[in-house]
Amino acid sequence: MNVGAPLLEVVDLRIDLADAGLRHAAVEGVSFSIPRGETFGLVGESGCGKSITALAVMGLLRPPLAIGAGRILLEGREIQALPQSGLKRLRGRRIAMIFQEPMTALNPLSSVGRQIAEMFVLHEGAGWRQAQDKAVEALRMVRVPSPERRAKDYPHQLSGGMRQRVMIAIALACRPALLVADEPTTALDVTVQSEIIDLMQELCAEKGTAILMISHDLGLVARMCRRVAVMYAGRLVEERAAHDVFRAPSHPYTQGLVASMPRLGARAAHGRNRLQEIKGVVPSIAAYPPGCRFHPRCGSASDVCRKVPPEQTGIEGGGTVCCYHHA
Amino acid sequence: MRLRVNLVMGGALFALAVGAAVLAPLIATHHPFLDANLMNSELPPGSEYLLGTDKQGRDIYSRIVWGAQISLMVGVVSQLINTVIGTMLGLTGGYWGGKWDDFVSGLTNLMLSIPSLIFALAIIAVLGRGLMSLLIALGLTNWSFTCRIARASALSLKSQGYVQAAKTLGYSDMRIMLTQLLPNMVGPIIVIGTLGMGGAILAEAALSFLGLGVQPPWPSWGSMLSDARDAIITGQVWIPLFPGLAIFFTVLGLNLLGDGLRDVLDPQSKVRSA
Repeated sequence: MNVGAPLLEVVDLRIDLADAGLRHAAVEGVSFSIPRGETFGLVGESGCGKSITALAVMGLLRPPLAIGAGRILLEGREIQALPQSGLKRLRGRRIAMIFQEPMTALNPLSSVGRQIAEMFVLHEGAGWRQAQDKAVEALRMVRVPSPERRAKDYPHQLSGGMRQRVMIAIALACRPALLVADEPTTALDVTVQSEIIDLMQELCAEKGTAILMISHDLGLVARMCRRVAVMYAGRLVEERAAHDVFRAPSHPYTQGLVASMPRLGARAAHGRNRLQEIKGVVPSIAAYPPGCRFHPRCGSASDVCRKVPPEQTGIEGGGTVCCYHHA
Repeated sequence: MRLRVNLVMGGALFALAVGAAVLAPLIATHHPFLDANLMNSELPPGSEYLLGTDKQGRDIYSRIVWGAQISLMVGVVSQLINTVIGTMLGLTGGYWGGKWDDFVSGLTNLMLSIPSLIFALAIIAVLGRGLMSLLIALGLTNWSFTCRIARASALSLKSQGYVQAAKTLGYSDMRIMLTQLLPNMVGPIIVIGTLGMGGAILAEAALSFLGLGVQPPWPSWGSMLSDARDAIITGQVWIPLFPGLAIFFTVLGLNLLGDGLRDVLDPQSKVRSA
């Protein structure tokens, strides 16, 4: 294995959606890479393809969705080339996932201690007795108070934040190299959100786990991530260091996103009366416009934007952008 | 939790039948067939013969108590076979989908379209009469409802978050089916199983009535009814009445029990009581 190689590398990924004989590219030309231990943000609106990109990374796409082209490499190994059994050995052990809804992501009929313990039994061949002890340790690690007692609780006895802590404990139980977090805090209230995020970052830093953070919460991504990729209608429009994206967004879509973030006191400072918006709606997968997919909503669109999709171009300070008129 | 009338009544009736079956050697006043005495044939209920005697002078009360063993065993064992077959087929079909699911659904529809009693008759015709072939025949012909329930549950459960989560955690299909799907569908399956037990007892009665079930002289409720055919016409009402009532109350009890269990195992009521 190449030591210098990134942990996860996605190269020119296309995900096809089969629909009554037609194939639509739900995701197209997506490339990014995540070094070991780094937190990478993938942002975009609902339906832009970020969640199915995550599923593709997990090797969990199901018909009608399928990988159409491109490669996904985890630690230098190509995920598509692995047999199902190899994928199952990878999941939970090298790569784990946290979901948006902690309410439904736990089995309601099994105690949380048992659900954590199952990971040790499944992946580390531990006995049940030993696994139960490790599960209590794992609960302590995610700072669940009185873990011995909590381990016997069922999911419905826990609050949303506690459940998400349990999910984190399960996902990190076997020290995976990559944690895919699909909007892990969207269903939680704001105070709990920041606790969970801090916890996640701290634990991942401790274990050297990289995070693929999927979110539509720009503030969250700005706070957590080193690098950020912005997705629009199935394509990456911009991929740069998080700091740069928010300080000086390059793609018109990102500029729109950043401008539409509410800021405390911004109204007085800028003399605006209402929150900025990006005009128009995201096109449906079946009707992506030709050329640049953002051109119908873009203020600076020209003729070439309407015809030829822009290539990824490098920008100053590292990163890429897909736009003819980028800043 | 509120006491449920149907659960309590059904449980009591079923417990009565089970109690009679288990305690048969102790509570029977006569031997079910060795004490036959033609001198005492067709006696009405009285102090010596609690529920009267049949044509061969056998004590009907003792025969009902002993018959409970066979009727209940047929009900429980055959329904157990049905439940296992139906759950396995439905669970795997619903979870895996594809060709296997088409096959399972086709088989289920086929089974539903054949009257199960006729099918059981055919199986007994092949295997020969006797308790064993009765169990097999009833066990192979009534799994389609369980299968449908299990398949429908598997279909809806497999899109649940925790099943998806289990996949991302590297669970094998078997493990997902056994630890994530099965425990969550066990409620409706128990309900269907209990209701089906009543059906199996009735089917046993019907097959025994036709002379294809338990072989004489051992009593089963169905064969007792069958033997009492003439008495229905000649007026010795007690001979068919009591085995008939035994069937009636046991099946009623099982249906009430199934109903009660459905109420208790309903996730909605579970949330309320939690």
